[in-house]
Amino acid sequence: MTTADLLGKIIQVVGALAAFSLVIGLVLFLIDRAPKRGRDYWQLAFFIAPALILLGVGLIYPAFRTSLLAFTNSSGKWVGGENFVWMFTQPAALITLGNTLIWVVLVPTVATAIGLGYAVFIDKSRGEKYFKALVFMPMAISFVGAGIIWRFIYDYRVAGNAQIGLLNQIVVWFGGQPVQWLQTTPINTFLLIVVMIWIQTGFAMVILSAAIKGIPTEQVEAAELDGTNAWQRFTNVTLPGIRGSLVVVITTISIATLKVFDIVRTMTAGNFNTSVIANEMYTQAFRAGEQGRGAALAIVLFLMVLPIVIYNVRILRKQREIR
Amino acid sequence: MSDNVVDLPIAGTRKSATDAVVVGAKSTRVKKRLTSRTATIVSLVIAVLWTLPTFGLFVSSFRPAGLITTTGWWTILQNPGFTLDNYKEVLLSTSQSSPQLGAYFVNSLAIAIPATIFPLVIASMAAYAFAWIKFRGSGALFVLIFALQIVPLQLALIPLLQMFTALLRPGQEALHQLIPMIPAQNYLPVWIAHTIFALPLAIFLLHNFISEIPGEVIEAARVDGASHGQVFFRIVLPLAVPALASFAIFQFLWVWNDLLVALIFSGGTQDVAPLTQRLAELTGTRGQDWQRLTAAAFVSLVVPLIVFFSLQRYFVRGLLAGSTKG
Amino acid sequence: MSVNHYRRLAVPVATAAVIGLALTACTGDIAAQDTSKTNCADYSSYGTFKNNPEVKIGGTIQDVEADRLVSSWKDFEACTGIKVSYQGTKEFEAQIAVLAEGGNAPDIGIIPQPGLFNKLADAGFLKKAPKAVEANVDKWWSKDWKGYGTAADGAFYAAPLMASVKGYVWYSPAEFKAKGYETPKTLDELMTLTKKIAADGDHKPWCAGVGSGDATGWAGTDWVEDYVLRQAGADTYDKWIKHEIPFNDPAIAKAFDSVGSILKNPDYVNGGLGDVSSIISTEFGDAGLPILDGKCSLHHQASFYEGFWKKADGSKVTVSPTGDVYAFLLPPVKAGGEQAVTGGGELVGAFKSSDQITAVLSYLSSDTWANNRVKEGGVISANTGLDPKNASSDLLAQSIKILQDPKTVFRFDGSDLMPGAVGTDSFWKGIVSWLSGDGTSKVLDTIEASWPKS
Repeated sequence: MTTADLLGKIIQVVGALAAFSLVIGLVLFLIDRAPKRGRDYWQLAFFIAPALILLGVGLIYPAFRTSLLAFTNSSGKWVGGENFVWMFTQPAALITLGNTLIWVVLVPTVATAIGLGYAVFIDKSRGEKYFKALVFMPMAISFVGAGIIWRFIYDYRVAGNAQIGLLNQIVVWFGGQPVQWLQTTPINTFLLIVVMIWIQTGFAMVILSAAIKGIPTEQVEAAELDGTNAWQRFTNVTLPGIRGSLVVVITTISIATLKVFDIVRTMTAGNFNTSVIANEMYTQAFRAGEQGRGAALAIVLFLMVLPIVIYNVRILRKQREIR
Repeated sequence: MSDNVVDLPIAGTRKSATDAVVVGAKSTRVKKRLTSRTATIVSLVIAVLWTLPTFGLFVSSFRPAGLITTTGWWTILQNPGFTLDNYKEVLLSTSQSSPQLGAYFVNSLAIAIPATIFPLVIASMAAYAFAWIKFRGSGALFVLIFALQIVPLQLALIPLLQMFTALLRPGQEALHQLIPMIPAQNYLPVWIAHTIFALPLAIFLLHNFISEIPGEVIEAARVDGASHGQVFFRIVLPLAVPALASFAIFQFLWVWNDLLVALIFSGGTQDVAPLTQRLAELTGTRGQDWQRLTAAAFVSLVVPLIVFFSLQRYFVRGLLAGSTKG
Repeated sequence: MSVNHYRRLAVPVATAAVIGLALTACTGDIAAQDTSKTNCADYSSYGTFKNNPEVKIGGTIQDVEADRLVSSWKDFEACTGIKVSYQGTKEFEAQIAVLAEGGNAPDIGIIPQPGLFNKLADAGFLKKAPKAVEANVDKWWSKDWKGYGTAADGAFYAAPLMASVKGYVWYSPAEFKAKGYETPKTLDELMTLTKKIAADGDHKPWCAGVGSGDATGWAGTDWVEDYVLRQAGADTYDKWIKHEIPFNDPAIAKAFDSVGSILKNPDYVNGGLGDVSSIISTEFGDAGLPILDGKCSLHHQASFYEGFWKKADGSKVTVSPTGDVYAFLLPPVKAGGEQAVTGGGELVGAFKSSDQITAVLSYLSSDTWANNRVKEGGVISANTGLDPKNASSDLLAQSIKILQDPKTVFRFDGSDLMPGAVGTDSFWKGIVSWLSGDGTSKVLDTIEASWPKS
């Protein structure tokens, strides 16, 4: 890289940021001077249009195209529902579906529970910053890095040899026989889920900790004066105070879990009954070149999110009624 | 989501928005040790369990490749062996096809910073509109955006790339002619792609926080004649700083660790490709040099940790405390 | 936000920028190639280009191999004035179709397998090969190889590049000498040898591993392909790949069972690594290493495995008929029967056309390039203009001779030629479930069912 290249890069970044703020600032300036009549509509349009245009171009149109793709085969011929028939008739279909359900139930609940507990316990403690950083760290490691870390932990060596996997070493220390963790059904699915929980707990912790700090101190103090114990304060003050954030965290982690395929792909490649829908989708669409099958799987994934969407819609409605 | 605003037992503590920040900062929080002994133990156990895997990798990153595959990292005292080779290879090894780590590092920063700021601004504006501007179809539109989170970005790549090639490429070429320093293959498509893919989650997360700001604060300002633009910048943004900071961290992480979007939209040339691409290369054609990844994982971990520590102060203070709920 | 906030944000950003700059400073600028010393006689036919037009090449080749590739066209660049920039990534195979459809593909792609080539050509992404390239291929390559670069529409698109010979069995010459073992001439002799080593009782005769991240299983497909080609013959092999016989045909089942008589026999595997189940969890790159410790005698893997040998103490492993390890080809059924081998190779296809791209394509398909690249070491090519003396090792020289021998029956790695849904998915997964204990017929039926209907 030459100095000119570096300069070019800096110009790009600074220029882009400057242009971006200029545009936003300018439009904001003009919008306040829009004719009084319909000003609210102008303002609304300005606030919402950038997001809508980008989403329409980058996600809605592609999502629509994907839905069509699901009814074609790899050479683009219309095949009707054949891809869906294939999906549910392949021998591992039920296992894949079952695994996906286990993932989407376990990861959000466990990660949120641990993240919440941790956030509450370390709240206002000394060194909170560093405690947080420790649990946050897995989030900052890429999925590839996480894959390496945990493949190490689950590694297996024949009994009698030195174990290099921590889990098997612990088993051996307690006098057990080493286990081929990732090849042993059904425990392997749970071991993969552990990896995702390990990563997502940091997310839950950071968001929930911010929410806990948003609870008015007066409420906590008032509850303390009432002579309530820690558990009562948690259920009566903390939980209601962060309910909104809890829903957000669980929703976000659920969706992230449904979409994640890197962990399965790097650790077992979906073998040994560990596959999930997202992994099958990636495999079919990118490795096998069967875009149609991939798209059909994506649609099923989308359908699985609907319950989560509906739940959130109900909460949103309630909230609007109150206002 | 913010139904608790009404549910909460204590009333009458509402203050104006300007007071809120002051009170939040002033409110004396008693520094105490972890709340109780059990809690201390539990959080220590969690902290250790969560750190141990990474620590093992950290120890391994200083061990020679031969030892990593034959002995456990916890036996480092019995099987001593310390080497900086893994780091040396990651940081300094050059190959003719991809000579400089520095270039990739700069690229990663150049991609990540705008790709964090753009969606943050655009999403907070949209979130504000959904929360505080009443218009027909607002609910349905919000649900649609929320549901878009599930669209796997792998399936959105081709149409987007086609549009970029048709619409963006001529502009990039023109810019290259104008300022030769800026390569025709620049960051613009990568920024836009990251911004788009971040929006559904960003709008959803920020909407939650922004909608929890007490309505009185905003309505009072509106009655005083403030425009939506003024309310957004003077009231909403300052109050939403913790949420903005949290989202900024996650978006930065996601972009920093991304390989797919960068490869597809940058074309993978040195002008644009991020650190992750170089790190992926280091494992060798057939993955035989994976021990380098132990060091690589830590090299790429440094920047996200810096970002975490520097943004953390924005949400530990609890700017919303004392007023926004209650 | 106050100014104060911005200042706080500025510190980490500035820190990061400084680190970036420091790293940049470490690496410096690349020195320009000195053209005056290069002999340009070999390159005059490609013409000279003004203003250094750039040709972008993408592929899966990385690291040391990529460095060697890049140096193989240094002189070409200096003499013609074309700047060739190569970018290698492991994700190339998964992404090239996306890039091509989105209009962002590199000028030239080094496509690692014919299956992918067929997909790209059929979809209309590739340009037909320029005349000069086709002339080169007619001159330097066999009909079979030209056929791999010819698409369903009958037009020729892509010239072959490098090649590898699969189906080698690695062994320790020292051990063979000490114990009086001889390299087998037939598959039956191979079984006899296996029994003998097992009976000698020092260790299990074979070591194997099919682990390879998300591609786990491919090393096992190589075993099966080698047996199908040798036992059932090239015609059946071709029919199998084109799905003219079903995947659960008795001929294929026989090959699986023959492989199973070694890989699924706990008496014969897995030397130094564990039991049968350890085959799946062992990385293919580590699977042959027990031979160096005397814990295993035989390991089946392609010629590229030469680059994988490493001793725990880091000392060098010599690969030669008298060295630490060497390899013999998996023998035919009948002694002295035709030598059939499977192998792999790359194809070079262009996504765009221009004079400079044509020049690069012509150079890559020439004997000049083949010799230049092979001299750099580590690889071979099926280019008949290649001098085996340029090979970097005995084994590679031998492999070149096998590829150039007109009597050799060469067949491409079968899983590379099958549709992706089978060749890079259900076949791999089938091998894994088969090695974990599933029966041959169950596995074959599953793979057969996954074959996409067209």
